[in-house]
Amino acid sequence: MTSASLDSSPRQAQASGRPTEKRSAYRLSPKTTQKLAMACIWSGGIVTVLISVIIIGFVLIGGIPRINLDFLLTPPKGGLSGEGGISTVIVSTLFLVIVTIIMLVPVGIGAAIYLAEYAPDNFMTRLIRYAVEVLSGVPSIIFGLFGFALFVTALHFSFSILSGALTLVCLLLPTMIRATEEAIRAVPYSHREGALALGATKWQLISRVLLPSALPGIVTAIILCIGRAIEETACLYVTMGGSAAMPTSLLSGGRTLSLHVFYLAMETRAFEKAMATGAVLIITIIVINFITNWLSNRFQARLRGTN
Amino acid sequence: MSRYLKDRLATYFVFACASMSFLILLAIAIFIFKGGFPAFYEIGFFDFLFGTTWRPNQGTYGILTMIVGSLAVTAGSLILAVPLGISCAILLAEVAPYKVRQVLRPCIELLVGIPSVVYGLVGLILLVPAIRKIGGNGFSVLGASIVLMAMVLPTIISISEDAIRAVPSSYKEGALALGATHWQTIRQVLLPVARSGIGASIVLGMGRAVGETMAMIMVIGNSITFPKSPLDAARTLTGNIAVEINYASGIHESALFATGIVLFFFILFLNSVAVVVLKRGTYDQRIT
Repeated sequence: MTSASLDSSPRQAQASGRPTEKRSAYRLSPKTTQKLAMACIWSGGIVTVLISVIIIGFVLIGGIPRINLDFLLTPPKGGLSGEGGISTVIVSTLFLVIVTIIMLVPVGIGAAIYLAEYAPDNFMTRLIRYAVEVLSGVPSIIFGLFGFALFVTALHFSFSILSGALTLVCLLLPTMIRATEEAIRAVPYSHREGALALGATKWQLISRVLLPSALPGIVTAIILCIGRAIEETACLYVTMGGSAAMPTSLLSGGRTLSLHVFYLAMETRAFEKAMATGAVLIITIIVINFITNWLSNRFQARLRGTN
Repeated sequence: MSRYLKDRLATYFVFACASMSFLILLAIAIFIFKGGFPAFYEIGFFDFLFGTTWRPNQGTYGILTMIVGSLAVTAGSLILAVPLGISCAILLAEVAPYKVRQVLRPCIELLVGIPSVVYGLVGLILLVPAIRKIGGNGFSVLGASIVLMAMVLPTIISISEDAIRAVPSSYKEGALALGATHWQTIRQVLLPVARSGIGASIVLGMGRAVGETMAMIMVIGNSITFPKSPLDAARTLTGNIAVEINYASGIHESALFATGIVLFFFILFLNSVAVVVLKRGTYDQRIT
């Protein structure tokens, strides 16, 4: 708006001493600008698609040929050799994810219920919402530093799966709370009124009406958190120790798939194995993304259906 | 147990769960400050922040090189990601037909989902040797910026797209009815109205860039020097913590926690800026 009106203002035409038509001969017509701009916008989209195709394609093409049953089922040799498979790494990852989810889910759902159904509009609620917002922006390495100070050092859990899982719970809590709260809020209001009209207490309403209706949404939230737990590296790098041995208890160290990629690439320079592990990781993430999308579509369809 | 007692207990339980998030934030602040305070006390606040040498074995701790490293990488990634991200957001919100969006969206979702070590790995294998051909040893601010660009792109795209979509359609209809071309409408009506959301997306992308750790360690070289050109190696604040924390002790460990405090405040500052920018945006829309 501004540039167009400035260019054709009489004062400027006078100052330049030329009639406005002559000036406009040097300017691009709106139609040409339109075409140029659309070309830029489309190329932006194409570049974005190319970036993701290059990254994913590169890792999958480099990694998939090296994935076989042997690779998945033998333990890594450890140390600086870079030889062997990823069996113990898969076990550590699953172990860590299960422990994290067991601790995360009750707290996350409880907090989401409070924020969706109780939360009076007071100072405490605003404080909690503010904390959730800030926590979701804090970088992973700060959580790692915190986990290192509290769980590894102060509580003497040392570098272990337990320390890693507790740190992950702190990191994932905002994600879990937000996704679950949304799922609970999406339950139609008539459900609430119906239950309360039958004389249910608030908790009966929540446990027998709201949570079952929101279940697919909550499952989506949990799968989302599993995906993020598998992706996360920095906070685990400083709390899990990175031992390649088979974990035997909560207090034994371990490394996740992402950590394994890092160690292979940085410490042993075993790029081929790193690519293969990266490919396993990306396939897992793609499957998790697919399940989350499918579930949330079905959840929305079901809510529309019952409405 | 009567259902009323159950109801009462459940209320306490969910309140306790909700308070956890606040307690965790409080605990993070306490532990990071407790860890970092001795360093500030012994080294001196300004010597720590503006000292240019970091030699733990000689007891000198200054993080200015790391601050510059973090800022250089963040600026580099934003210069690359902002034009790309905004044009992609316009494409998704305004231009592309449904089928194209169905292709673009999963690509962007996957960019969010790819673990940062995989970005680092691709950077290490593809970018580092390519940059070595241009000059330097390949581990560089340039490579780190390119990797980081791919990582902040989804943040910028999704928030900018929401902002552009939130513009009331009457604005667009008015501009088109006046005979403006589609691009004139986008540039002179939609983008100015959506500018606060787009600004917030850039600030949030910046927060993500400053906080990224593993991919940075893998491609930036981690040398403690001022990067003089984009082809030089550098070290970020996050990388400094991650690389050294596992073997640090005493005042060295404390200096790493102090690095964390600097990082924490920086992120807190960026997030508050984003919140303020977004709030001002909604205010703008109300009065116009």
